[in-house]
Amino acid sequence: MTIADDAPRAGLTKVGGRPPLGEYLREVWSRRSFIYSMARFRIESENQQSSLGMFWVILKPLLNALIYGTVFGILIGAVGRPPHYVEFLIIGIFVFEFFAQSWTAGGKAITNNSALVQSLAFPRMVLPLAAVVERFLKFLPTVVIMLVFLIGTGSPITWHWLLIIPAFALFFLFTCGLVLVTARLCVHWRDLNNFLPFVTRFFFYTTGVFFSIESRFGPRPPSPTEPKGYAGHPWLVTATDYQPVHEFLSLVRAALLDGPAYQTNQAYWLYATLWTVVLLGFGIWFFWRAEERYGRVD
Amino acid sequence: MSTDPGHETDPRDEHRSLDDVGPPPPPVVIPTGDRKPVVIVDDVHVEYKVFATGKRPTAADRKSIKIPKRGKQMRTVHALKGVSFTAYQNDSIGVIGTNGSGKSTLMRAIAGLTPTSRGAIYSDSKPSLLGVGAALLKDLSGERNIILGGLAMGFTKEEVEERYDDVVAFAGLEKFIDLPMRAYSSGMTARLKFAIASMATHEILIVDEALAVGDRTFRQRSEQRIREIRDNAGTVFLVSHSMQSIKDTCSRVIWLDQGTLMMDGETSEVIRAYHAAQDK
Repeated sequence: MTIADDAPRAGLTKVGGRPPLGEYLREVWSRRSFIYSMARFRIESENQQSSLGMFWVILKPLLNALIYGTVFGILIGAVGRPPHYVEFLIIGIFVFEFFAQSWTAGGKAITNNSALVQSLAFPRMVLPLAAVVERFLKFLPTVVIMLVFLIGTGSPITWHWLLIIPAFALFFLFTCGLVLVTARLCVHWRDLNNFLPFVTRFFFYTTGVFFSIESRFGPRPPSPTEPKGYAGHPWLVTATDYQPVHEFLSLVRAALLDGPAYQTNQAYWLYATLWTVVLLGFGIWFFWRAEERYGRVD
Repeated sequence: MSTDPGHETDPRDEHRSLDDVGPPPPPVVIPTGDRKPVVIVDDVHVEYKVFATGKRPTAADRKSIKIPKRGKQMRTVHALKGVSFTAYQNDSIGVIGTNGSGKSTLMRAIAGLTPTSRGAIYSDSKPSLLGVGAALLKDLSGERNIILGGLAMGFTKEEVEERYDDVVAFAGLEKFIDLPMRAYSSGMTARLKFAIASMATHEILIVDEALAVGDRTFRQRSEQRIREIRDNAGTVFLVSHSMQSIKDTCSRVIWLDQGTLMMDGETSEVIRAYHAAQDK
């Protein structure tokens, strides 16, 4: 084709081509204040019309904890309930809430922002990332509530608590990776948007947010209620060792809570890091591969 | 840059003729002249695959007892069927055609927002599109949209701050800038979008119907801006149904009909042909 041959000679480059991955990531990095501003503006506008305003950022997780605390702490029996149950529950729910919300919102980041995608050219990766950052900003005040609550209930403050910083940093990156994969899949297959709430709910009930998998399915010695003891399902406990969300929850709980029930397997740090590196790397590559596709209307 | 594609002693040309054993390369398509090509649209096809629901095209169908087959069928919409042209520096090109003729698709493809199914588009800088349609982020105020729009286009925070007042003044939205964009009228939305897009000094600007919803003052102001861009060695594409706007701003017109390029030439000539075809 003559025109195609002539274009480079006239100093023209192809439009809509996807830049090489390194350059693409540099462009994303240069948009970091866009990511942050978008996340912040969204949070503000979301609460603008309610009379309690930004107070909702704190109120929502508190109400959540209250409901789950009532249901699982009072109404449902005590099997599989570890010591410091309320603290255990609050940490589980707050951390999981960040994960679940990032996942559902980030998955829709491209499909729900089609107006923006079709009017301005910018690396599309900033949209799912902004969704995760938005949830992370909302999550930070709940961390403060969590810590205040722990202090209030008499947990000793230790240097150990600082381990939540690397744990949350890893969890944030892990979630980014997952969201990048999901955001692209949702573009190809919109139905996934409808499935996501069910997937996150499944994770919620199976990850050990409100019960401890180890004490529920691990072996138990004979006791008055279980005269023969309980053999447990060791394979299930082993399987959850490799489940990333469970790893992150355990790491955070181990950092904050005391007692033999919270002596977490140190290998979790390794597993969680591996999950993060692999998923984030794959997510970035996978999302970038379809960069041109996101502008299409169908 | 002084690339002269027609020059015979171009080293790359010689190189190519040594390499190619087949027939000699066809003559260079780019017409020689002082003007430098900035956008080359080369045999571009765009197809959408969309789900269609059972259709009832006529009233007679509705009376028939046969219920149209429910469920979804894949339909392919061939929005552009092989469009080619070259735009040069200082060109201001009007794009005309009936509704659904592929104008907006072509503009989105040039801006790199819609991928082409076949063919390719080349440009010397990143074209930026300015169209009507949904607000950028409708829940956020105009102020926030200006900041986000600027940051998305790659400005730093400071650069956005610097330009902020100009953007608001150009859009003429001083009184409404703190309201969420969902409260804006379509004209106000279009004004704000035009103002945001003109934050950057564009070499290639695509304006898609954006002026149609603006009032007279804004239209004059934006037409002035378009002429400025053109005079600063930029290139402007203007999609419009207002032949007056096109006559006022464009030196060349492209007429699209059902995805094919009908005519490409001098403004009054193409408009005359377009009107003649419509009156038939």
